Amino acid sequence: MVNEAIRCERVWQEISNFLEGDVEPGLRAAMDEHFKTCKKCVSVLEGTRNVIRLYGDERMIEVPAGFSRRLERRLGRSRKGPNVVWSTWSAWLVPLAALLLIGGGIRVANSTSVPRPMLSEHANPGENIPPDMLVVISADAKDFHVRGCPFIHNKDKERTLTAKEAMREGYVPCVRCMRKYLETAEAGHISLEQEAQTDVDGDDQAVTGAR
Amino acid sequence: MAEANVFVNNPGLAEATREQDLIARVQRGQNELFYELVRPYERRVYAAALAILRNESDAEDVAQEAMLKALANIRQFRAEARFSTWLIQITVNEALMRRRRERTAIMEGMDDRRDEEGEYAPRDFADWREIPSESLERKEVRQRLAEALATLDRKYREVFVLRDMEQLNIQETAEALGISVASVKTRLLRARLMLRDLLAAGWEQGWFSRLPFEKGTKPW
Repeated sequence: MVNEAIRCERVWQEISNFLEGDVEPGLRAAMDEHFKTCKKCVSVLEGTRNVIRLYGDERMIEVPAGFSRRLERRLGRSRKGPNVVWSTWSAWLVPLAALLLIGGGIRVANSTSVPRPMLSEHANPGENIPPDMLVVISADAKDFHVRGCPFIHNKDKERTLTAKEAMREGYVPCVRCMRKYLETAEAGHISLEQEAQTDVDGDDQAVTGAR
Repeated sequence: MAEANVFVNNPGLAEATREQDLIARVQRGQNELFYELVRPYERRVYAAALAILRNESDAEDVAQEAMLKALANIRQFRAEARFSTWLIQITVNEALMRRRRERTAIMEGMDDRRDEEGEYAPRDFADWREIPSESLERKEVRQRLAEALATLDRKYREVFVLRDMEQLNIQETAEALGISVASVKTRLLRARLMLRDLLAAGWEQGWFSRLPFEKGTKPW
Protein backbone atom coordinates (compact mmCIF):
# COMPACT_ATOMS: atom_id res chain seq x y z
CA MET A 1 0.00 0.00 0.00
CA VAL A 2 2.59 2.48 1.12
CA ASN A 3 5.32 1.17 -1.12
CA GLU A 4 4.43 0.91 -4.78
CA ALA A 5 6.94 -1.83 -5.34
CA ILE A 6 5.31 -4.45 -3.15
CA ARG A 7 1.91 -4.86 -1.49
CA CYS A 8 1.34 -5.62 2.21
CA GLU A 9 -0.42 -8.91 1.37
CA ARG A 10 2.68 -10.08 -0.45
CA VAL A 11 4.84 -9.09 2.53
CA TRP A 12 2.63 -11.10 4.90
CA GLN A 13 2.83 -14.18 2.72
CA GLU A 14 6.60 -13.93 2.58
CA ILE A 15 7.20 -12.86 6.17
CA SER A 16 8.04 -16.39 7.32
CA ASN A 17 10.47 -17.01 4.46
CA PHE A 18 11.95 -13.56 5.10
CA LEU A 19 12.73 -14.52 8.69
CA GLU A 20 14.15 -17.84 7.49
CA GLY A 21 16.48 -15.95 5.13
CA ASP A 22 14.78 -17.80 2.32
CA VAL A 23 13.79 -15.05 -0.13
CA GLU A 24 15.70 -14.05 -3.22
CA PRO A 25 17.72 -10.81 -2.95
CA GLY A 26 15.37 -8.68 -5.06
CA LEU A 27 12.37 -9.54 -2.93
CA ARG A 28 14.35 -9.04 0.27
CA ALA A 29 15.37 -5.55 -0.84
CA ALA A 30 11.77 -4.70 -1.71
CA MET A 31 10.55 -5.94 1.66
CA ASP A 32 13.26 -4.04 3.51
CA GLU A 33 12.19 -0.90 1.69
CA HIS A 34 8.53 -1.62 2.50
CA PHE A 35 9.22 -1.97 6.23
CA LYS A 36 10.71 1.50 6.32
CA THR A 37 7.35 3.06 5.66
CA CYS A 38 4.67 0.48 6.64
CA LYS A 39 3.89 0.27 10.36
CA LYS A 40 1.41 -2.57 9.84
CA CYS A 41 3.98 -4.80 8.24
CA VAL A 42 6.59 -3.90 10.86
CA SER A 43 4.04 -5.02 13.45
CA VAL A 44 3.60 -8.32 11.64
CA LEU A 45 7.36 -8.73 11.28
CA GLU A 46 8.14 -7.97 14.92
CA GLY A 47 5.25 -10.03 16.25
CA THR A 48 6.27 -13.05 14.19
CA ARG A 49 9.89 -12.64 15.18
CA ASN A 50 8.89 -12.66 18.84
CA VAL A 51 6.75 -15.74 18.42
CA ILE A 52 9.76 -17.58 17.00
CA ARG A 53 12.05 -16.33 19.74
CA LEU A 54 9.72 -17.07 22.63
CA TYR A 55 8.67 -20.54 21.54
CA GLY A 56 12.26 -21.39 20.59
CA ASP A 57 13.35 -20.82 24.17
CA GLU A 58 14.27 -24.01 26.05
CA ARG A 59 12.11 -22.92 28.95
CA MET A 60 9.03 -23.38 26.80
CA ILE A 61 9.56 -27.13 26.87
CA GLU A 62 8.44 -28.55 30.17
CA VAL A 63 8.38 -32.20 31.08
CA PRO A 64 6.22 -33.87 33.74
CA ALA A 65 7.71 -34.21 37.22
CA GLY A 66 9.91 -37.31 37.47
CA PHE A 67 10.22 -37.66 33.70
CA SER A 68 14.02 -37.86 33.72
CA ARG A 69 14.14 -40.37 36.54
CA ARG A 70 11.58 -42.63 34.86
CA LEU A 71 13.40 -42.45 31.55
CA GLU A 72 16.74 -43.30 33.12
CA ARG A 73 15.19 -46.19 35.00
CA ARG A 74 13.59 -47.61 31.88
CA LEU A 75 16.82 -47.37 29.93
CA GLY A 76 18.55 -49.10 32.84
CA ARG A 77 15.99 -51.92 32.81
CA SER A 78 16.51 -52.45 29.10
CA ARG A 79 20.24 -52.87 29.69
CA LYS A 80 19.63 -55.57 32.31
CA GLY A 81 17.27 -57.41 30.01
CA PRO A 82 18.18 -58.82 26.62
CA ASN A 83 20.70 -56.66 24.85
CA VAL A 84 18.54 -54.65 22.51
CA VAL A 85 21.47 -53.84 20.28
CA TRP A 86 21.58 -57.46 19.29
CA SER A 87 18.50 -57.38 17.16
CA THR A 88 20.11 -59.09 14.18
CA TRP A 89 20.83 -62.71 13.32
CA SER A 90 24.07 -62.58 15.27
CA ALA A 91 22.02 -62.53 18.47
CA TRP A 92 21.19 -66.19 17.88
CA LEU A 93 24.75 -67.35 17.39
CA VAL A 94 25.76 -67.47 21.05
CA PRO A 95 22.79 -69.49 22.36
CA LEU A 96 23.02 -71.78 19.33
CA ALA A 97 26.70 -72.41 19.93
CA ALA A 98 26.00 -73.08 23.60
CA LEU A 99 23.35 -75.65 22.71
CA LEU A 100 25.68 -77.39 20.30
CA LEU A 101 28.43 -77.51 22.92
CA ILE A 102 26.08 -78.94 25.55
CA GLY A 103 24.70 -81.50 23.12
CA GLY A 104 28.16 -82.52 22.01
CA GLY A 105 29.35 -82.79 25.60
CA ILE A 106 26.48 -85.05 26.56
CA ARG A 107 27.17 -87.25 23.56
CA VAL A 108 30.86 -87.60 24.42
CA ALA A 109 30.07 -88.31 28.07
CA ASN A 110 27.63 -91.06 27.13
CA SER A 111 30.08 -92.65 24.75
CA THR A 112 32.70 -93.07 27.47
CA SER A 113 30.65 -93.91 30.55
CA VAL A 114 27.97 -96.26 29.26
CA PRO A 115 28.81 -99.69 27.70
CA ARG A 116 27.93 -99.66 24.08
CA PRO A 117 25.01 -102.02 23.46
CA MET A 118 25.25 -104.86 20.99
CA LEU A 119 24.69 -103.53 17.54
CA SER A 120 23.08 -106.81 16.42
CA GLU A 121 21.70 -109.92 17.98
CA HIS A 122 23.69 -111.88 15.43
CA ALA A 123 26.93 -110.68 16.96
CA ASN A 124 25.96 -111.78 20.48
CA PRO A 125 28.35 -114.50 21.74
CA GLY A 126 25.68 -116.01 24.01
CA GLU A 127 25.99 -117.22 27.58
CA ASN A 128 26.40 -120.52 29.38
CA ILE A 129 26.79 -122.41 26.17
CA PRO A 130 28.37 -125.74 27.13
CA PRO A 131 31.82 -125.64 25.61
CA ASP A 132 31.72 -129.28 24.59
CA MET A 133 28.30 -129.02 23.06
CA LEU A 134 28.35 -130.31 19.53
CA VAL A 135 27.24 -127.71 17.04
CA VAL A 136 27.09 -127.44 13.31
CA ILE A 137 28.59 -124.85 11.03
CA SER A 138 28.43 -124.50 7.30
CA ALA A 139 30.46 -122.87 4.62
CA ASP A 140 29.85 -119.19 3.88
CA ALA A 141 27.94 -118.67 7.15
CA LYS A 142 28.80 -116.99 10.45
CA ASP A 143 26.44 -118.87 12.79
CA PHE A 144 26.74 -122.22 14.56
CA HIS A 145 23.61 -124.27 15.10
CA VAL A 146 22.16 -127.21 16.95
CA ARG A 147 22.09 -130.15 14.63
CA GLY A 148 18.84 -130.23 12.68
CA CYS A 149 18.21 -126.44 12.85
CA PRO A 150 16.13 -125.52 9.81
CA PHE A 151 18.12 -122.34 9.31
CA ILE A 152 21.38 -124.00 8.40
CA HIS A 153 22.47 -122.88 4.94
CA ASN A 154 24.52 -125.01 2.60
CA LYS A 155 23.73 -128.19 4.50
CA ASP A 156 25.77 -130.16 2.04
CA LYS A 157 28.87 -128.35 3.32
CA GLU A 158 28.10 -128.50 7.03
CA ARG A 159 30.69 -129.49 9.59
CA THR A 160 30.30 -130.60 13.22
CA LEU A 161 32.49 -129.28 16.01
CA THR A 162 32.24 -128.16 19.64
CA ALA A 163 30.77 -124.80 20.58
CA LYS A 164 34.14 -123.77 22.00
CA GLU A 165 35.81 -124.52 18.69
CA ALA A 166 33.10 -122.71 16.78
CA MET A 167 33.54 -119.63 18.93
CA ARG A 168 37.26 -119.75 18.50
CA GLU A 169 36.77 -119.79 14.75
CA GLY A 170 34.63 -116.67 15.01
CA TYR A 171 31.18 -118.20 14.73
CA VAL A 172 28.27 -116.88 16.82
CA PRO A 173 25.19 -118.76 18.09
CA CYS A 174 22.18 -119.01 15.80
CA VAL A 175 19.49 -116.64 17.06
CA ARG A 176 16.79 -119.22 16.49
CA CYS A 177 18.03 -122.61 17.63
CA MET A 178 20.29 -121.23 20.37
CA ARG A 179 18.01 -118.46 21.58
CA LYS A 180 17.92 -119.67 25.17
CA TYR A 181 21.66 -119.01 25.42
CA LEU A 182 21.24 -115.54 23.96
CA GLU A 183 18.40 -114.26 26.14
CA THR A 184 20.53 -114.28 29.29
CA ALA A 185 23.69 -113.11 27.61
CA GLU A 186 23.30 -109.41 28.29
CA ALA A 187 22.60 -109.92 32.01
CA GLY A 188 25.44 -112.27 32.89
CA HIS A 189 27.79 -111.53 30.10
CA ILE A 190 29.93 -114.55 30.79
CA SER A 191 31.32 -114.93 27.40
CA LEU A 192 32.42 -118.09 25.76
CA GLU A 193 34.75 -115.83 23.84
CA GLN A 194 36.82 -115.43 27.00
CA GLU A 195 36.97 -119.16 27.48
CA ALA A 196 37.81 -119.70 23.89
CA GLN A 197 40.50 -117.04 24.11
CA THR A 198 41.89 -118.75 27.26
CA ASP A 199 42.09 -121.96 25.35
CA VAL A 200 43.87 -120.24 22.49
CA ASP A 201 46.40 -118.75 24.91
CA GLY A 202 46.86 -122.15 26.56
CA ASP A 203 47.34 -123.86 23.24
CA ASP A 204 49.85 -121.19 22.22
CA GLN A 205 51.77 -121.65 25.47
CA ALA A 206 51.74 -125.39 24.98
CA VAL A 207 53.09 -124.94 21.48
CA THR A 208 55.77 -122.57 22.78
CA GLY A 209 56.69 -124.98 25.59
CA ALA A 210 56.91 -127.84 23.13
CA ARG A 211 59.39 -125.89 21.14
CA MET B 1 47.16 -27.48 26.22
CA ALA B 2 46.39 -25.93 22.83
CA GLU B 3 43.46 -28.29 22.44
CA ALA B 4 42.13 -27.34 25.88
CA ASN B 5 42.28 -23.67 24.93
CA VAL B 6 40.27 -24.35 21.80
CA PHE B 7 37.55 -25.91 23.93
CA VAL B 8 37.61 -23.08 26.48
CA ASN B 9 37.18 -20.55 23.70
CA ASN B 10 34.48 -22.59 21.99
CA PRO B 11 32.22 -24.48 24.44
CA GLY B 12 30.00 -25.60 21.57
CA LEU B 13 32.90 -27.40 19.97
CA ALA B 14 33.77 -29.09 23.26
CA GLU B 15 30.18 -30.23 23.64
CA ALA B 16 30.07 -31.57 20.08
CA THR B 17 33.34 -33.43 20.57
CA ARG B 18 32.11 -34.91 23.81
CA GLU B 19 28.88 -36.00 22.11
CA GLN B 20 30.81 -37.66 19.28
CA ASP B 21 32.91 -39.50 21.81
CA LEU B 22 29.81 -40.69 23.70
CA ILE B 23 28.18 -41.84 20.47
CA ALA B 24 31.27 -43.83 19.49
CA ARG B 25 31.45 -45.47 22.91
CA VAL B 26 27.78 -46.43 22.94
CA GLN B 27 28.15 -47.78 19.41
CA ARG B 28 30.97 -49.97 20.72
CA GLY B 29 28.61 -51.42 23.32
CA GLN B 30 28.89 -49.14 26.36
CA ASN B 31 25.12 -48.86 26.65
CA GLU B 32 25.33 -47.53 30.18
CA LEU B 33 26.47 -44.21 28.68
CA PHE B 34 23.38 -43.83 26.53
CA TYR B 35 21.37 -41.83 29.03
CA GLU B 36 24.23 -39.38 29.38
CA LEU B 37 24.18 -39.02 25.61
CA VAL B 38 20.44 -38.33 25.32
CA ARG B 39 19.92 -36.36 28.51
CA PRO B 40 20.40 -32.95 26.82
CA TYR B 41 17.61 -33.81 24.38
CA GLU B 42 15.07 -35.54 26.60
CA ARG B 43 12.90 -32.42 26.88
CA ARG B 44 12.87 -31.89 23.14
CA VAL B 45 12.02 -35.53 22.54
CA TYR B 46 9.09 -35.24 24.93
CA ALA B 47 7.90 -31.99 23.33
CA ALA B 48 7.96 -33.54 19.86
CA ALA B 49 5.87 -36.46 21.04
CA LEU B 50 3.47 -34.16 22.87
CA ALA B 51 2.99 -31.94 19.80
CA ILE B 52 1.74 -34.95 17.88
CA LEU B 53 -0.15 -36.86 20.57
CA ARG B 54 -1.46 -34.02 22.77
CA ASN B 55 -1.52 -36.33 25.75
CA GLU B 56 1.17 -36.15 28.41
CA SER B 57 1.05 -39.81 29.37
CA ASP B 58 1.21 -41.02 25.77
CA ALA B 59 3.94 -38.50 25.00
CA GLU B 60 6.09 -39.75 27.87
CA ASP B 61 5.60 -43.34 26.86
CA VAL B 62 6.46 -42.60 23.24
CA ALA B 63 9.49 -40.57 24.31
CA GLN B 64 10.77 -43.58 26.25
CA GLU B 65 10.03 -45.93 23.35
CA ALA B 66 11.85 -43.62 20.99
CA MET B 67 14.90 -43.56 23.25
CA LEU B 68 14.94 -47.35 23.41
CA LYS B 69 14.63 -47.56 19.65
CA ALA B 70 17.47 -45.09 19.25
CA LEU B 71 19.62 -47.23 21.53
CA ALA B 72 18.76 -50.36 19.59
CA ASN B 73 19.71 -48.67 16.32
CA ILE B 74 22.59 -46.52 17.51
CA ARG B 75 25.02 -48.34 15.21
CA GLN B 76 23.04 -47.14 12.22
CA PHE B 77 23.54 -43.51 13.17
CA ARG B 78 25.92 -41.76 10.82
CA ALA B 79 27.59 -38.46 11.54
CA GLU B 80 26.12 -36.78 8.45
CA ALA B 81 23.06 -35.84 10.54
CA ARG B 82 22.93 -34.15 13.90
CA PHE B 83 22.30 -36.63 16.66
CA SER B 84 19.48 -34.51 18.05
CA THR B 85 17.77 -34.43 14.64
CA TRP B 86 18.08 -38.19 14.32
CA LEU B 87 16.58 -38.61 17.77
CA ILE B 88 13.68 -36.24 17.06
CA GLN B 89 12.92 -37.99 13.77
CA ILE B 90 12.72 -41.35 15.53
CA THR B 91 10.38 -39.78 18.08
CA VAL B 92 8.15 -38.26 15.42
CA ASN B 93 7.93 -41.63 13.68
CA GLU B 94 7.02 -43.36 16.92
CA ALA B 95 4.42 -40.74 17.76
CA LEU B 96 2.85 -40.85 14.30
CA MET B 97 2.66 -44.64 14.48
CA ARG B 98 1.06 -44.45 17.91
CA ARG B 99 -1.49 -41.95 16.66
CA ARG B 100 -2.32 -44.09 13.66
CA ARG B 101 -2.83 -47.08 15.92
CA GLU B 102 -5.12 -45.18 18.20
CA ARG B 103 -7.00 -43.58 15.31
CA THR B 104 -7.05 -40.16 16.91
CA ALA B 105 -5.87 -38.77 13.58
CA ILE B 106 -9.31 -39.40 12.15
CA MET B 107 -10.91 -37.22 14.80
CA GLU B 108 -8.35 -34.45 14.55
CA GLY B 109 -8.19 -34.60 10.79
CA MET B 110 -11.70 -33.25 10.57
CA ASP B 111 -10.46 -29.95 11.94
CA ASP B 112 -7.58 -29.83 9.52
CA ARG B 113 -9.56 -29.74 6.31
CA ARG B 114 -10.21 -26.04 6.38
CA ASP B 115 -7.99 -23.17 5.63
CA GLU B 116 -4.92 -24.47 3.80
CA GLU B 117 -5.66 -22.94 0.43
CA GLY B 118 -6.80 -19.49 1.50
CA GLU B 119 -4.26 -16.88 2.52
CA TYR B 120 -4.02 -15.99 6.19
CA ALA B 121 -4.14 -12.28 6.91
CA PRO B 122 -2.91 -10.89 10.24
CA ARG B 123 -5.66 -9.28 12.34
CA ASP B 124 -3.77 -7.11 14.77
CA PHE B 125 -1.50 -4.26 13.74
CA ALA B 126 -0.79 -2.60 17.05
CA ASP B 127 2.57 -1.06 17.76
CA TRP B 128 4.45 -4.02 19.23
CA ARG B 129 7.86 -4.15 20.75
CA GLU B 130 10.13 -6.96 21.83
CA ILE B 131 8.83 -9.10 24.65
CA PRO B 132 11.59 -9.81 27.19
CA SER B 133 12.77 -13.39 27.43
CA GLU B 134 12.69 -13.01 31.21
CA SER B 135 8.92 -13.20 31.02
CA LEU B 136 9.32 -16.93 30.40
CA GLU B 137 10.51 -17.29 33.97
CA ARG B 138 6.87 -16.92 34.93
CA LYS B 139 4.98 -20.17 34.80
CA GLU B 140 1.79 -18.34 33.95
CA VAL B 141 3.31 -16.93 30.78
CA ARG B 142 4.64 -20.30 29.70
CA GLN B 143 1.23 -21.77 30.39
CA ARG B 144 -0.47 -19.17 28.23
CA LEU B 145 1.91 -19.71 25.38
CA ALA B 146 1.41 -23.47 25.61
CA GLU B 147 -2.36 -23.01 25.56
CA ALA B 148 -2.14 -20.82 22.49
CA LEU B 149 -0.06 -23.46 20.75
CA ALA B 150 -2.55 -26.15 21.72
CA THR B 151 -5.36 -24.30 19.95
CA LEU B 152 -3.66 -24.67 16.56
CA ASP B 153 -4.81 -27.39 14.24
CA ARG B 154 -2.60 -30.44 14.31
CA LYS B 155 -0.89 -29.90 10.98
CA TYR B 156 0.16 -26.36 11.90
CA ARG B 157 1.18 -27.29 15.42
CA GLU B 158 3.38 -30.19 14.33
CA VAL B 159 5.30 -28.15 11.79
CA PHE B 160 5.71 -25.23 14.17
CA VAL B 161 6.98 -27.41 17.02
CA LEU B 162 9.47 -29.28 14.86
CA ARG B 163 10.82 -26.17 13.16
CA ASP B 164 10.64 -23.46 15.82
CA MET B 165 10.88 -25.46 19.04
CA GLU B 166 12.87 -28.53 18.02
CA GLN B 167 15.02 -26.48 15.63
CA LEU B 168 14.84 -28.95 12.76
CA ASN B 169 15.37 -27.21 9.44
CA ILE B 170 12.66 -27.02 6.79
CA GLN B 171 13.92 -30.07 4.92
CA GLU B 172 14.24 -32.17 8.08
CA THR B 173 10.76 -31.15 9.18
CA ALA B 174 9.36 -32.19 5.82
CA GLU B 175 11.11 -35.57 6.01
CA ALA B 176 10.06 -36.21 9.59
CA LEU B 177 6.40 -35.56 8.82
CA GLY B 178 6.41 -37.06 5.35
CA ILE B 179 5.19 -33.90 3.64
CA SER B 180 6.65 -31.58 1.01
CA VAL B 181 8.95 -28.65 1.70
CA ALA B 182 6.33 -26.34 0.19
CA SER B 183 3.73 -27.64 2.65
CA VAL B 184 6.09 -27.07 5.54
CA LYS B 185 6.61 -23.46 4.49
CA THR B 186 2.90 -22.81 4.04
CA ARG B 187 1.97 -24.36 7.37
CA LEU B 188 4.81 -22.66 9.17
CA LEU B 189 3.72 -19.23 7.93
CA ARG B 190 0.17 -19.84 9.08
CA ALA B 191 1.24 -21.22 12.43
CA ARG B 192 3.45 -18.23 13.13
CA LEU B 193 0.85 -15.67 12.09
CA MET B 194 -1.92 -17.40 14.00
CA LEU B 195 0.19 -17.56 17.16
CA ARG B 196 1.05 -13.92 16.76
CA ASP B 197 -2.64 -13.04 16.66
CA LEU B 198 -3.44 -15.35 19.57
CA LEU B 199 -0.80 -13.70 21.69
CA ALA B 200 -2.08 -10.30 20.67
CA ALA B 201 -5.49 -11.37 21.93
CA GLY B 202 -3.79 -12.68 25.05
CA TRP B 203 -2.38 -9.24 25.60
CA GLU B 204 -5.85 -7.83 25.49
CA GLN B 205 -6.89 -10.40 28.10
CA GLY B 206 -4.02 -9.44 30.39
CA TRP B 207 -1.67 -12.42 29.96
CA PHE B 208 1.32 -10.15 30.23
CA SER B 209 -0.28 -7.56 32.49
CA ARG B 210 2.41 -7.86 35.13
CA LEU B 211 5.20 -7.41 32.63
CA PRO B 212 7.03 -4.09 32.67
CA PHE B 213 5.76 -2.82 29.33
CA GLU B 214 5.30 0.80 28.59
CA LYS B 215 1.74 2.01 28.87
CA GLY B 216 -0.09 1.92 25.54
CA THR B 217 2.21 -0.49 23.77
CA LYS B 218 2.08 -4.23 23.23
CA PRO B 219 4.96 -6.50 23.98
CA TRP B 220 6.19 -6.61 20.39
